[in-house]
Amino acid sequence: MTTHNTKADLILEDGSIFSGISFGSQTPKSGEVVFNTGMVGYPESLTDPSYKGQILVLTYPLIGNYGIPSQTKDKHNIMEHFESEKIHIQGLIINDYSEKHSHWNAEKSLSDWLIEHNIPAISGIDTRALTKKLREKGTMLGKIKIKDKETEFYNPDKINLVEKVSCKEIIRYGNSKTKIVLIDCGVKHNIIRCFLKRDIQIIRVPWDFDPQDLKEDFDAVFISNGPGDPAQCKSTIKNLKNLIKSDKNIPIFGICLGNQLLALASGTKTYKLKYGHRSQNQPCTDLKTNRSYITSQNHGFAINEKYLGKEWEVWFKNINDGTVEGIRHKKRPIISVQFHPEANCGPTDTEYIFDDFIKMIEDAGK
Amino acid sequence: MKNIKKVLLLGSGALKIGQAGEFDYSGNQAIKAMKEEKIEIILVNPNIATIQTDKGMASRIYFLPVTPYFVEKIIEKERPDGILLSFGGQTALNCGVELYKKGILSKYKIKVLGTPVETIINTEDRDLFVKKLDEIGIKTPVGIATKNTEDALAAAEKIGYPVMIRSAFALGGMGSGMAKNKRDLKNLLIKAFSYSNQILIEKYLGGWKEIEYEVVRDEFDNCITVCNMENFDPLGIHTGESIVIAPSQTLTNSEYHKLREIAIKTIRHLGIIGECNIQYALNPENEDYRVIEVNARLSRSSALASKATGYPLAFIAAKLAIGKALPDLKNNITKSTSAFFEPALDYVVVKIPRWDLKKFKNVSKYLGSEMKSVGEVMSIGRSFEEVIQKAIRMLDINMNGFICNTIKFKDIEHELKNPTDMRIYAIAQAFDENKSIDWIYEKTMIDKWFLYKLKNIHNMKKSLKDNTIDSLLEAKKMGFSDTQIAIIKDTTTKKIRELRCKHGITPYVKQIDTLAGEFPAKTNYLYLTYHGTEHDIIFNNKETPSVIILGSGPYRIGSSVEFDWCCVTTAKAVKKMKHETIMINCNPETVSTDYDECDRLYFEELSFERVQDIYELENPKGIILSMGGQIPNNLALECHMNGLNILGTDPLNIDRAEDRNKFSSLLDNKGIMQPEWRELTSTDQIRKFAKKVDYPLLIRPSYVLSGAAMNIVNSEKEMERFMKEAIRINPKHPVVISKFIQNAKEIEFDAVARNGKIIIYAISEHVENAGIHSGDATMVFPAPRLYWETQRKIRRISESIAESLNITGPFNIQFIAKDNEVMVIECNLRASRSFPFVSKVLNHNLIELATKAILGIKVKKVGIDINFLDHVGIKASQFSFSRLKGADPLPSVEMASTGEVGCFGEDVFEALIKSVISTGMKLPEKNILISVSEDKNLYKLLDGTKMLKEMGYTIYTTAHTRDFFNKHHLKTTLLHKIREKKTPSVIDYMLKKKLDLIISIPKDNRTAKNDDDNVAIRQMAVTLSIPQITNTQLANMFIKAISKKKMEDLKIKSWDEYTIKS
Repeated sequence: MTTHNTKADLILEDGSIFSGISFGSQTPKSGEVVFNTGMVGYPESLTDPSYKGQILVLTYPLIGNYGIPSQTKDKHNIMEHFESEKIHIQGLIINDYSEKHSHWNAEKSLSDWLIEHNIPAISGIDTRALTKKLREKGTMLGKIKIKDKETEFYNPDKINLVEKVSCKEIIRYGNSKTKIVLIDCGVKHNIIRCFLKRDIQIIRVPWDFDPQDLKEDFDAVFISNGPGDPAQCKSTIKNLKNLIKSDKNIPIFGICLGNQLLALASGTKTYKLKYGHRSQNQPCTDLKTNRSYITSQNHGFAINEKYLGKEWEVWFKNINDGTVEGIRHKKRPIISVQFHPEANCGPTDTEYIFDDFIKMIEDAGK
Repeated sequence: MKNIKKVLLLGSGALKIGQAGEFDYSGNQAIKAMKEEKIEIILVNPNIATIQTDKGMASRIYFLPVTPYFVEKIIEKERPDGILLSFGGQTALNCGVELYKKGILSKYKIKVLGTPVETIINTEDRDLFVKKLDEIGIKTPVGIATKNTEDALAAAEKIGYPVMIRSAFALGGMGSGMAKNKRDLKNLLIKAFSYSNQILIEKYLGGWKEIEYEVVRDEFDNCITVCNMENFDPLGIHTGESIVIAPSQTLTNSEYHKLREIAIKTIRHLGIIGECNIQYALNPENEDYRVIEVNARLSRSSALASKATGYPLAFIAAKLAIGKALPDLKNNITKSTSAFFEPALDYVVVKIPRWDLKKFKNVSKYLGSEMKSVGEVMSIGRSFEEVIQKAIRMLDINMNGFICNTIKFKDIEHELKNPTDMRIYAIAQAFDENKSIDWIYEKTMIDKWFLYKLKNIHNMKKSLKDNTIDSLLEAKKMGFSDTQIAIIKDTTTKKIRELRCKHGITPYVKQIDTLAGEFPAKTNYLYLTYHGTEHDIIFNNKETPSVIILGSGPYRIGSSVEFDWCCVTTAKAVKKMKHETIMINCNPETVSTDYDECDRLYFEELSFERVQDIYELENPKGIILSMGGQIPNNLALECHMNGLNILGTDPLNIDRAEDRNKFSSLLDNKGIMQPEWRELTSTDQIRKFAKKVDYPLLIRPSYVLSGAAMNIVNSEKEMERFMKEAIRINPKHPVVISKFIQNAKEIEFDAVARNGKIIIYAISEHVENAGIHSGDATMVFPAPRLYWETQRKIRRISESIAESLNITGPFNIQFIAKDNEVMVIECNLRASRSFPFVSKVLNHNLIELATKAILGIKVKKVGIDINFLDHVGIKASQFSFSRLKGADPLPSVEMASTGEVGCFGEDVFEALIKSVISTGMKLPEKNILISVSEDKNLYKLLDGTKMLKEMGYTIYTTAHTRDFFNKHHLKTTLLHKIREKKTPSVIDYMLKKKLDLIISIPKDNRTAKNDDDNVAIRQMAVTLSIPQITNTQLANMFIKAISKKKMEDLKIKSWDEYTIKS
């Protein structure tokens, strides 16, 4: 067992310092400090590309309990237990690290995994105090200092993170008849899994690829989740505008960043939330049916309802703060949600939206 | 549901093993929810010591049995529009199902609010349940429902041993168990079929993880899971007997959400409306699972989940029952967010059950699928090490935490393999003996994650020894108390406290806010942790003075819901007096730990260390510790010595009452009589004392509440045998021996004084003669058979004691009276078990008056002329012997009851019948067995037996009893005892359910050999649920009662109809 006793600090841009013990890599890193209140799913969260550029604070105090599963891949060459190939966070901040883990599925400890991926991590932090600060002052920049090693603050909103996490070339999954072009802005693997298990072929394309350039027919377009400020993805927005304008009536579905990009393409605006929604317990209501669902969320930006075009309507709303959680086109098969119906981590209540979308594709093809 | 204006709420009755104080909490919340909707609520609950049966709660309260007969009568009278069945445990649920099946609900057009009865039946009937889940492809353990022993044995053969058996419609796993072979199974089946006519034989899944989810659903199909929980002990130990942690710790996202999804799918399919609990077995080697059961009602787990998350499950369930939509309800903690959400915890919670198995001779200490525990504690913190150590101390069983205890096991392998209430300490010893985690895991199947964490605690011992200063904060983060550290460092607790305070090592106060800090919350629900760097709240010493009230800790035999009633009543009274209230308690089954009952709730240890921590932060006006029973009372002197201000009677005077020598000399000075006694340290001394006063003697250790290890000895031989047990209990303290006075009446004096003057008092009388613990005795108030002279003496003695000790607040004195002589046997300067009972009978709240007195407010003396009371109250005890295999179901000086009821009547007979029915007795229809060991008791029962014959009962007797009655020209029918090996035998008649009542009076000398058969009969009666009476006085009063009153004579009157006069 490695005993961790190297001191490490999290320094926030307002000058406050939180001191603890390092249990990850010894490389200092910086990024935007955000908190997530989910109680399970650290292997999934850490590999979620949407966290690119962020230092993640987990409010649940006991982390590392069940270790890290094996890096095996399924028949589609997708990681079985993770949301992407690597850890995307800049650093991890927790209260109490379980030096020893226990699970039938575990292959290594969280600490070893973080070191392997060169990600720093601090335990022994009053994560509740830190969370309250972020809630009150808003998301802040921060840096992790280990022993005397330090680095500069950096603002991930200022750069195009999507470019960094998107695939570089077209990847195909499955060979079913129905084909969906998946615009990869940092797609979580479970989105791909959700389509595959519904017998859909996925053509995963880079974030700035225009689906209309594809030299083959396809049935629908999907825009994935991803990190950072949606305004950075200018080419994606342009491509989406063209797609919506085209008279092909192509079904389109967006999740998270995909929802924001679709909104921007439709002409409305987005804004940055004070401290975002990062949790597995966000209540959302479908305004049409009045049914409510618990959703998994991970986003810092939201759609401004005020500028929503006439042909669009709000689909879902957050019960807690009233923010827009999904929009849809009034006449055409275009839908998007801010939350994660694919879950992983999080509740699976809204996975039915994948079924609904596939029904839309079928209807559009008739 | 606009047409619902009046609702009937069924309570759970007396506390018993498997169904305890949590239903006061759930009923209380249901009433609050209904009141908010302006719905009139009628409550039926004979549990008089509950908050839900307080004034200002329900519109009408019936202290009547929760049985179809009485509930129908109440329905007929009150004509409610709806009925709530899911807030009163299994008792209410079963009663509701019966009312439904009998067509009573439809006859009176009463709507069942919340989960429909059909759904309840689907969850309770194992066969239907499995079928329902099969419909949606959800896995349940392979099981076969059987209706008789033969089928059950065949089913077991088919499934293969070991098998698990479960009875349908039973609370807390009653009549269930694991059978390794045919013989085990046969034994279990006898009992199981006596509770239920349907038994399920299942494959035994020992070693699987046990996981629970609490699910909430509204009638619009919005559905959430509020909390999940993981058992520390793997499957095989009833969840009520397990150490439980929330949320789950060893589940991955995939497992957590898979089970959550199944929970929601199942609950939707079953059609539950409101709250329910779903239990799983999860294979520790893959993701395979089984749904074990669904409880379609509020349960112990839901109370725990409520307290663990801050989500008011019962309140929300009540709102959903009347048709509200979940998203429309508010989260009461944030006030801004919705109740449709799933709490995110930024802390962990551990529950440990509290057992009292040592109180019962011959009861198996092994834990299994049946509940034996009588209460529980919950601790909150930010690491597992912290919460487990806190929780162990909260149990109040003289354990300092996971380590630093004196307990030693001879065979630890056996201890680990065969779980008892002490298993966790055996793990500590295994670490002492350098056993590996793998070795312990093999024996216990406890997930290694928990074992690693426990090992961390154990490792800290060495760190502390080697490097105290550097390890101090780490140790505190692992939940070490100052005392534990002092033990390791061989120094005093006080020195450790000084050391850590010098280094700034103090705990931080954190809020439970349901959202892990995501939204601002103004919650007053608090805990302390060393995993912190800032407080969540501000301690401002504004003008409003605050008062700390110490709660009663875990329910156990001797301290139960009645003390919670006292604490909550105090909090309400303190609030009324414009003070801020700060409650400290650690029992999740209580109303006092509802965060809306006080201004600040610290869900914390009732240890001196923690009370001092909170005191120093809050800087209150003072502490009230006379309401929560013996735990807080025991802190009085230490608080006082350390400069903490105690409100009410001076702690030095509390000590004068608690310390036997000091109290005795006080009595002597005042010329007050007491049974002769000595404090002795050797058996020789006792022999000498016995020569002087003669046997029987009463032996007891000092400073106990419920009479642990207290006993009456009738001879020198008995005395010698017993001494071992008594001395082992408290080696530091000598044993107190007193003369036991036979054939004496026992009397309770409950009162409130201010500055030594009595403001109000109540004298009640035991039905049974002295020798039965006051907590087990049947109590009558006002006392009907006491001479005026005796009453006057009692009052004057009490006045004298109150004055001498300058009492301010509640106090209780126990007297015995014989031949107009009155002697004091005990005095407690705190509230007693009977305060809620006498308060409700008198319709004057003694605790409210006591609180005023304690706060220094002038209170006028209350003059009540009890001669003008048109009613009488009887408090009867509820025993849980059916849970305690091997115990002789016989009340004695050791308290054994787990709960009580209080019923009203126009005379003692009416009140007695109502109260005994409330404790589960059925009135005899035809056949009664009388078996009495001694002629002196037979003489006393002669007239009563004649009366029974005249009433048309067939009287069966055992040989000695038959012969005695024959001599007195009373013909009865003989049944043979077991050892006679002849027919017709008592056992045959019992098994054939031919006996409706058994009156079995033992010899006063309990150790006599010839009593063995009677013990067997009594145990069999418990097993077969045959009512029995084991005390002569109670038997006689009962016989008189049934001769004078028939069921239809029992008045269906509410509390206000008795107490409010036109």
